[in-house]
Amino acid sequence: MTVTRKIAVTVNGLRREAEVPVRLTLADLLRKKFELTGTHLGCEHGVCGACTVLFDGVSVRACLMLAVQADNHAIETVEGLAAADAPLNDLQQAFSDKHALQCGFCTPGILMTLTEFLRDNPVVSEEDIKIAISGNICRCTGYQPIVEAAMQVVKARQGNPS
Amino acid sequence: MKPPAFHYFDPTTVAEAIGLLQHNENAKILAGGQSLMPMLNMRFVQPDALIDLNRIKDLSFIRRGTDTFEIGAMTRQRDIEFSPEIRADCPIVIEAIENVGHRQTRNRGTIGGSLCHLDPAAELVTIAGVLDGTVEVTGPEGRRDIHFLAFPAGYMTPAIEMNELVTGIRLPIWSKTHGYAFIECARRHGDFALASVAALIEVDAEGRIARAAVAVGGVASVPLRMSEMEAGLVGQAAGDDLFKKVSRICETIESAADAHVPAGYRRHLAGVLSFRALRLASMRAQKRRAS
Ligand code: FES
Ligand code: FES
Repeated sequence: MTVTRKIAVTVNGLRREAEVPVRLTLADLLRKKFELTGTHLGCEHGVCGACTVLFDGVSVRACLMLAVQADNHAIETVEGLAAADAPLNDLQQAFSDKHALQCGFCTPGILMTLTEFLRDNPVVSEEDIKIAISGNICRCTGYQPIVEAAMQVVKARQGNPS
Repeated sequence: MKPPAFHYFDPTTVAEAIGLLQHNENAKILAGGQSLMPMLNMRFVQPDALIDLNRIKDLSFIRRGTDTFEIGAMTRQRDIEFSPEIRADCPIVIEAIENVGHRQTRNRGTIGGSLCHLDPAAELVTIAGVLDGTVEVTGPEGRRDIHFLAFPAGYMTPAIEMNELVTGIRLPIWSKTHGYAFIECARRHGDFALASVAALIEVDAEGRIARAAVAVGGVASVPLRMSEMEAGLVGQAAGDDLFKKVSRICETIESAADAHVPAGYRRHLAGVLSFRALRLASMRAQKRRAS
């Protein structure tokens, strides 16, 4: 039984069409059909957060959605944070500055989680950041540099760079 | 890991969804997908048909009546978390929902999905129990109501028919001066609770408890309403001695050992958390009464 459907999805501002099996997950749509492999798959059952993308502006786990559910919706992935030939955005740069990634496997998910969180909550404490990224597992950094990177962005966006 | 093959339907009305349920054997309903999608990915469930409710706009709403909130089954946990009305009049829901998974899962997860999945450790399940919620169920013959305490037919099994759909829940609103507390113990933030306690209390002008409701989640196979504890509270002067005494009732809860903790551990936690929840709820009630 292969049931397919035609869908149209806006990915990082670009409208894209595809014919997909209905059981294809959103994560596999992005990675395999659209070749946007920045969205990572760690657990594929909603535990690790590596696959986090923005769906109509809010963070979701792409392994827990079907590609067909994205029909006529807008997705943002890590590739959309900065154009390939452009400098990193402020959050990405902060991750680089603070060594907030080692192997980088968790990084796209954490960047997308923080993209939404810091957009909605410009003034936050370290504790708030810790709770915000509690749904993302990182096995390398011990989280502290990630929290520091996020706090650097919070301060800089308020006009007082650390 | 890939979901098994299935037929996929995304109806736009409740009537259409019920028609699909009647005509498809071995169908599963997809709400927010934060529990069903992992089970599909791991192939713990293999439905022939998947009926996705996400395009039914009519099932997503929060309405405040005079003394109840009515919440549509497909209302996202996120929308409840950020509802100013619920924060003002039913704050225990907010205190609980902040413990439901993570931001990314609350952005998708729905109240109807949580209630039907009926994990005994799920925060919203405990909340529906403590508030005496009423589940609204729609089937081919129309709508019927089920009191939430009669909703679990057994472990993770709601008492509804195969061709019925949970379409909403009504949650009664307590007085302006009620105190509330939701406390849980989980190994990591966002995990299912090892044990959770939800408590609601009203105190009178003399500091006596006029009304109380307590529910324990995560300990037994279904959420427990602690009616004996409630009876022990009403009419008594609020205070630590009383809360200690009634919390001991948790020692009688039947709980078995499991992969995570030895027998009795959750029961012990339930007692400790009951005391803390009652104390916090009563403090808040007295504070709200004084202001
Ligand atoms: S891959 Fe989606 S949460 Fe782990
Ligand atoms: S940098 Fe390796 S998992 Fe986070």
